[in-house]
Amino acid sequence: MSGPAATLPDLAGHFGKYGGRFVPEALIKALDELEAAYRSAKTDPEFQATFKDLLLNYAGTPSLLYRANRLSAALGAEILLKREDLNHTGAHKVRNVLGQALLAKRMGKPRVIAETGAGQHGVASATAAALLDLECVVYMGQTDTERQALNVARMRMLGATVVPVTNGSRTLKDALNEALRDWVSTVETTHYLLGTAAGPHPFPEIVRDFVSGIGTEARQQCLDQLGRLPDAVAACVGGGSNAIGIFHAFVPDEGVRLYGFEAGGDGVETGRHAASITGGSVGVLHGNRTYLLQDEDGQTIESHSISAGLDYPGVGPEHAWLHDTGRASYEPVTDAEAMAAFQLLCRTEGIIPAIESSHALAGVAKIVPRLREELGRTPTIVVNLSGRGDKDVHTAGAYFGILDKAETVVPGENT
Amino acid sequence: MTIAKTFAEAKAEDRAVLIGCMPAGFPTVDRSIEQMIAMHEAGCDVIEVELPYSDPVMDGPVIQKASDIALANGVRTRDTLKIIEAVASAGATVVLMTYWNPIEKYGVDAFARDLAAAGATGLITPDLIPDEASEWIAASDRHKVDRTFLVAPSSTDERIAMTLENCRGFVYATALMGVTGARNAVSSQAPELVARIRKIDPDLPVGVGLGVGNGAQAAEVAAFADGVIVGSALIRCVLDAPDRAAGLDSLRALSSELAEGVRRR
Ligand SMILES: Cc1ncc(COP(=O)(O)O)c(C=O)c1O
Repeated sequence: MSGPAATLPDLAGHFGKYGGRFVPEALIKALDELEAAYRSAKTDPEFQATFKDLLLNYAGTPSLLYRANRLSAALGAEILLKREDLNHTGAHKVRNVLGQALLAKRMGKPRVIAETGAGQHGVASATAAALLDLECVVYMGQTDTERQALNVARMRMLGATVVPVTNGSRTLKDALNEALRDWVSTVETTHYLLGTAAGPHPFPEIVRDFVSGIGTEARQQCLDQLGRLPDAVAACVGGGSNAIGIFHAFVPDEGVRLYGFEAGGDGVETGRHAASITGGSVGVLHGNRTYLLQDEDGQTIESHSISAGLDYPGVGPEHAWLHDTGRASYEPVTDAEAMAAFQLLCRTEGIIPAIESSHALAGVAKIVPRLREELGRTPTIVVNLSGRGDKDVHTAGAYFGILDKAETVVPGENT
Repeated sequence: MTIAKTFAEAKAEDRAVLIGCMPAGFPTVDRSIEQMIAMHEAGCDVIEVELPYSDPVMDGPVIQKASDIALANGVRTRDTLKIIEAVASAGATVVLMTYWNPIEKYGVDAFARDLAAAGATGLITPDLIPDEASEWIAASDRHKVDRTFLVAPSSTDERIAMTLENCRGFVYATALMGVTGARNAVSSQAPELVARIRKIDPDLPVGVGLGVGNGAQAAEVAAFADGVIVGSALIRCVLDAPDRAAGLDSLRALSSELAEGVRRR
């Protein structure tokens, strides 16, 4: 596995039959330029040093690998949490936006645009843009701007322009469409700061590489703390960036099982979910061939998840490939399972996780019995705690019915 | 009639070909057929049927809206093929424009076969570049369907040459960097792009689209292109009309104004 896996994608951006470039010709030059800029940045010691410095001194990485003893006892496994929730802006996403904003600078592009669902990638993009003095425009579905009013305010405080998108389903996929439309018209001056490891080549590769420090750090931390590698690594999968970020360094380690947990919404069998790999089929969406939610005619089906960050009908192409090759396993986790895990982590460890990350915790709870049986001992599992739950307090509070009446009315938000 | 013949005849008359677009099933299957036939009768040489898609990233607000209406009214891929059949048998030259995923879902070879059987001469693929098109190239060769890929002002000469090599029938030159929608002025980038295309392949007809909305603009584009592609302005005739008859009247009026424009080069 170490051979081909380490060198993917191929020169045209394919992971097996997945990935590639399914975009208007007008964007090809920009994608070629981005790829060239990235290749030269990758081997430029100065760029790498700047990126490393920002990660270390601004974003607060390497993030801790924390042995969660009370959670371990509750789940019957040795659980190590990769604390990406402690990063600046509260999620793994800061790694990607810092890398791409530096690339935008390097290409001489003064403007960045981004799509966002819950607003996490939008806030991260606005943060990097403020730090590096770039103009920032964030496209966000109108439904989401209403659901996530606090993040809209955050982006505006940071100096970004937030554009509510009123097309189609008015959610993340439509925000992505609108960002692509903006980019076709402004590509000379604008970098599209894509928020996950999906989209046309070279985005899946670039985003993966910028976030892959998660896995490199975790792998070394395991060796330092345990003297060995874990039995399994687990993450939630929306577009797939935090998952590929923690998987990548472990892909050549055949003894380490890789688990991706998708948003199962009300349950995959109900049709109301966001599980592209386990509940979708192969097609083309947003510039790449991958698994997606689509009807018999290839029209995209709207996704559903309690987690806005996982509420997307596609998935990055490298995950499609890791699924087909069997190197990683993907399973759905329902809203209810994720929320139970959310509560469990709050109560056992005093950590409020993002609802996205709670999907990874819930998935781990499900696989522990299987792993115990397979291994004949207590398994050691690294879980990517991709983000903190501050942004989700309102959703979770409403879900658990623990908000007083007066508190249920958050300014600008509807319950 | 084949696209090549349509372009050759127009050339003999020293005018450009008028290509009018309309989404299939907008606002309903029957009315879209009626609209396309009206456009044909009023002077559109080629009807570009657009297959409605949930995520049309190359399209501006007008085409998005029309596509959404068609999808909300339940149009299916097989309806689009029926529409093509009806419009082609009324005597129009028909090409289909579609995003790639619906074709992949239908089955690439089966789609090429059924498209040819329905009477379309070719397929325009806004989000399929030749680099990713090997399956489509094989299927369209097998079933003798023409292939139109897009070139843009940002395309390098190498990419233009590669794209032209893979086109058959005509090439679609996107006049400006942007999405579909009528503009006040015709892009200044368009004549230069057409000149670059002609230098590489003087024979392949060039259709220019994005932004044309009236007869004067059609004449302006006809002065340097072989085909003038009009979409949003025609669709707006239907979107803005108070009723069905008014929509058809306004479609006919704009089609003949455009047809007159492409003869005034
Ligand atoms: C904390 C957190 N985790 C995970 C995700 C899902 O994205 P991805 O699958 O790209 O990691 C998001 C997206 O907003 C997020 O905010």
